[in-house]
Amino acid sequence: MDFSLSTEHKMTQRMVQDFAQKEILPIIKEYDRKQEPIPFALPRLGELGILGICFPVRYGGQGMDFISLGLACEELEAADTSLRVAMSVHVGLCGLTLLQWGSEEQKQKFLIPLAKGKKLGCGAFTEPGMGSDIASMQTTARREGDIYRFNGEKMWISLASKADLALVTVRTNLTDSQPSNRLSTFIVDLNSPGITRGDIHGKLGVRAGSTGWINFQDVLVPAENRIGEEGEGFMITMSAFDHGRYTVASGATGIVRSALSASVRYAKERSAFGKPISSNQLIQEKIARMSQDYEIARLLYLQVGWLKNQGVRSTLETSYAKKFATEASFRAADDAIQIHGAYGYSDEYDVERYLRNARGAIIYEGSSEIQTLIQAGYALGERKQKPLRCEMPAYDPVFWQSID
Amino acid sequence: MKIVACIKQVPDSAAKVVVENGRISWGDAPLVINPWDEFSIEAALQLKEKHGGTVTVISVGGENDKEAIKYALAMGADDAILITDPTLAGADTQAIAQVLASAILKIGGVEAGFFGRQAIDNDSGLTPAQTARLLNWPALTLAAVITYDGSRIRVERSIEEGRQSVSANLPVVISLVKDYGEPRYPSFMGIRKAARAEIPTWSLTTLGITAPAPVISWPEIMNPPSREVVCEIISGGTPDEIAETLADKILAEKVL
Repeated sequence: MDFSLSTEHKMTQRMVQDFAQKEILPIIKEYDRKQEPIPFALPRLGELGILGICFPVRYGGQGMDFISLGLACEELEAADTSLRVAMSVHVGLCGLTLLQWGSEEQKQKFLIPLAKGKKLGCGAFTEPGMGSDIASMQTTARREGDIYRFNGEKMWISLASKADLALVTVRTNLTDSQPSNRLSTFIVDLNSPGITRGDIHGKLGVRAGSTGWINFQDVLVPAENRIGEEGEGFMITMSAFDHGRYTVASGATGIVRSALSASVRYAKERSAFGKPISSNQLIQEKIARMSQDYEIARLLYLQVGWLKNQGVRSTLETSYAKKFATEASFRAADDAIQIHGAYGYSDEYDVERYLRNARGAIIYEGSSEIQTLIQAGYALGERKQKPLRCEMPAYDPVFWQSID
Repeated sequence: MKIVACIKQVPDSAAKVVVENGRISWGDAPLVINPWDEFSIEAALQLKEKHGGTVTVISVGGENDKEAIKYALAMGADDAILITDPTLAGADTQAIAQVLASAILKIGGVEAGFFGRQAIDNDSGLTPAQTARLLNWPALTLAAVITYDGSRIRVERSIEEGRQSVSANLPVVISLVKDYGEPRYPSFMGIRKAARAEIPTWSLTTLGITAPAPVISWPEIMNPPSREVVCEIISGGTPDEIAETLADKILAEKVL
C-alpha cells in the first residue's frame, strides 16, 4: 500500500499553502475582528482555479483528483476556516452534487461557470426550524406547469448573500407516507425575483465567513432546474453531504496542524522555572495528543479521497473522518490555548480563533450526534446502503483532463 | 525571445544552518527553488507572454534539484535541463558560471539569460555577472522593470541610490530583484505537466568541458561562537534621563 503523496499532490498542497500563508494569513485577524469577509478572498480562489480544483476540464475545472481537494481544504483551513467553508459549499455541496446528479444540460449551464469561479455556489438545506431532520423541511415548491413555485426560508447558509446559485432541497410532495420521498432538489438562481437574502452576524467563529439566510416568496424556478426526479431530493441531499463532509474533515485537519505548530513554537520559546515549557511532561502530553490526532485525521480524510478517486461511495468513512477531525480540532485548539497561557486567551495570538472556528464544525454538515448514529447504523448492520441512481464516477485522469 | 532562466535549489529560508562534522547541514528542512529565482522566472514568462518565444530552465546540481526544476515548469517554463556531474561537487561561483555559459551556448540562439539576484545559501550574487562576462554579454543586474521594444532591452535597476535605467542590445544577462513584482503560483495544469515531465540531464562531457578548477577554497568551516545575551533594561524618570544613562553605558562598554 503506497501511503505517499504523488508529486502532483505535493505541488498542489504547496501552491495552496503558499497562497493561504502569503495572502490570507497576514490580514485574517483584522477581518475576523470586523466580522467581515476578506473582499478579494473568493475572487482570488476563483482566479487561481482552486474553486474548480476537482472538476473535469471539460466542465470548466482544473482536472485534479479528490485527494487534491482534501489537501487544498487542509491548507486553506490551516490559515482560516472561512476559506474552507467557501470550498465546502461551492465545491462540496453545490458543484460536486451537480457533477454527480445533474443532467448534461445542467452541467453545461451551471457547473461550467461554477468550476471556472465565474459564479459562486452554495447549498441550502437547513431552515430556522430544522437541521438534522432533513425529511421534515417546510420550504415548499409547488409544480405549476413547467415551473415550480418556492415558498419558505433557509437559514445558516454559508455564502447566502454572496452566491449566485444555490443547490436547494425543498418539499415538492405533501402527502407521501415516507417523509424522505417528499423532497426534491433544484439549482436556483439566487437573483430570481422573490428571493431576499441577508447576513447573520454574531457567530462565535468563522467570523470572516459569510453566513446568512435565504427567503423565498413565490419564487418561480424552471422545472429544468430540478436535479434528478421529484422525490429524489433526500438521496441527492445525502450525496451533497458526503461531499461537503469530506471538505470539513480535511479542513479540520488543518486546524489540528496549525494548533500543533503554534503550540510547538510557543512551548520552545516560553520558559518557566528555568527551562522551556516544552520540557514539561504535561505540556508534552498535549503536544503528543495533537500530533497523534493530526496523523489520524489526515489518514482518515486521505482514505476518503482515495475512495472517491476509486468511485466508491464512502458515506461511512467520510463520517469517521468528519467526526474525528472536527472533534480533534476543537481539542487541539483548546490544548493550544492552555499551552499559550494568558496569551492564548487573547486574539493577539491565533489559537483562540482556531477554537472559535473549530466549534462550528462539530455542529454543521452533520452534527457529531448524527455521525454517531450513521456509524452505529453501519456497525449494527441496520443501515442498508442501496445503490444510487447516479453514483459519482471514479476519477479518470483522461476524462477529467481532456476537453472532449 | 529565446530565454534561458538559470535556477538553483537551496535549503528553505526558515532552515537552521549549522556546521556538523565539518560539513554544512540544514537538518531536515526542505529544499526549495531559490526564492529569487521565482522572480526571474516570472519576468521571463511575462516577456514571453508579451513578445513570444520560449523559456528554458537550467540548473546545476543533483537528482534532488529536479524539485526546483519542476516548480519552474509548473509556473509555465517550456522545458528544462539538469546539469549534473560528480566533479562539480564544491564548485565555486566562477566554476558554475563557466558551466552555465557553456550550457547557454550549447542550447544556441539564446537571447537572454535570466537569474535571481543571488542564491540564498551562498548569498554571493556573483554568478549572473560572472556568467555574463564569460559569454561576453552585457549584465543588467538588479532589474525591477524590464521593457523590450523589439530591438533594445531596457532595465530599471533597483540600487541603493534609487533607480538606474540601462539598456542594451540582445543578447543580455539580467538578474531580478523583488521589486519586479510577485511571482505567479504554479497553475494546476502546470503542476500536472511538471509532474509528468522527463527532465534531460547533461554532464560536463555533454558540454565538452572539464570541471573548472575552483579559485575559492574553504579551508575551515565552523559555527559562530555561541553568545550569551544578557539584556539590561535602562530605566529612568524621563526619556532624556534614560538616553543619558544609555549613552554613558555605551561609552563605558567601549561600543563607540
